[in-house]
Amino acid sequence: MDYLALTSIICAALSVAFGALGPALAEGRAVAAAMDAIARQPEAANVISRTLFVGLAMIETTAIYCLVIALLLLFANPLLA
Amino acid sequence: MNSPLEPTVLLHLGPVPITSAVVITWVIVVVLALGSFLFTRRLELVPGKRQAALELLVSTLDEQIRDTTGAEPAPYRGFIGTLFLFILIANWTSLVPGIDPPTAQLETDAALAALVFLSVIWFGVRDSGLKGYLKSFATPNPVMIPLNIMQNVTRVFSMFVRLFGNVMSGVFVVAIVASLAGLFVPIPLMALDLLIGLVQAYIFAVLATVFIAAAVEGGASPTANPERPPTTEDS
Repeated sequence: MDYLALTSIICAALSVAFGALGPALAEGRAVAAAMDAIARQPEAANVISRTLFVGLAMIETTAIYCLVIALLLLFANPLLA
Repeated sequence: MNSPLEPTVLLHLGPVPITSAVVITWVIVVVLALGSFLFTRRLELVPGKRQAALELLVSTLDEQIRDTTGAEPAPYRGFIGTLFLFILIANWTSLVPGIDPPTAQLETDAALAALVFLSVIWFGVRDSGLKGYLKSFATPNPVMIPLNIMQNVTRVFSMFVRLFGNVMSGVFVVAIVASLAGLFVPIPLMALDLLIGLVQAYIFAVLATVFIAAAVEGGASPTANPERPPTTEDS
C-alpha cells in the first residue's frame, strides 16, 4: 500500500482518538459542575441545564472538528487524488 | 462505502444537478408550509387538541426566546421557530428508510448558517441603524475590529460544521453498524440519533437567538436588561 494512504489512515484514527479525549474530559467536568449547581439551587435547574446544553455543544464541536478532519483524510484526501 | 462529503445526484435540471438532499428539503418545506396552513386555518378561542398542541409549541418557543434575548419574542419568532422546526424535521427524516437527512449534507447546513449570518446583520441594522451596527464592531475599542469581524464569520462556520458533524456521524454510525451486524442491531443507535437530532436543532436555534441578541444588544444602550442573557463565547 502507498505510504501516503497508510499515513492518512493512521492520522485519521489518531485525530479521532485524541479529539475524543479532550472533549470527554471537558464534558465530564461541565456536567459535574452543573450537577453541583443544580443540587445547590434546584430552582435554577432550567437556566442551568439550558446553558449546560449550549456549552456541551460548544465543547463537542472540537470533537466534531476532529471527526470531520478524519473523514476528510479518509474520503476527500487531496494528496491521494 | 459512499463518502459522506459527496452528495448523491438524483437528476439534472438543465445544467444544474439536483441532489437527493435538495429534493428532501423541498418535500420538508412543502410539508411544513401545508401543515402550518392547514393547522392554523380555523383557530378558535377555546382551543381543541390540535390547536392546544400548536399553542404549546409556540408559547414554549416564545418563552425560550424571551429567556435568551430578554426582549419581546415577536420579531424573532418566525425565523427562529422556522429554523428549529425545519432542522428538527430534517434530522428526523433519517427514520424513514432509504432517506438520508438533508442536514447530513454540508451544503444544507452551510445554507442554514448563511441565513443566520445574514439575519444577524439584518436584525442588527434594523435595531440600531447601519452606522450603529458598524460601530458595534469597534467595541470595546477599534483594535478589536478585525477580531470582531473574524468572530462573526467563524462562529457561523462552527455552527454549520457542528450540525453537519453531529447528524452525519449519526447516519454514518448507523450505516456502519447495520452493514456489520445486521438488521435490528442499530435500533438503540437510531434512538440516540433522535435525541441528538432534537438537541442539535435546539442548539442551532438557541445559538442563532444568542447571536441575534448580541447584535441587537451590541448597538443598543447598555441600560435595559437587568438579567443578562447567557452569552456564549464561541469555540
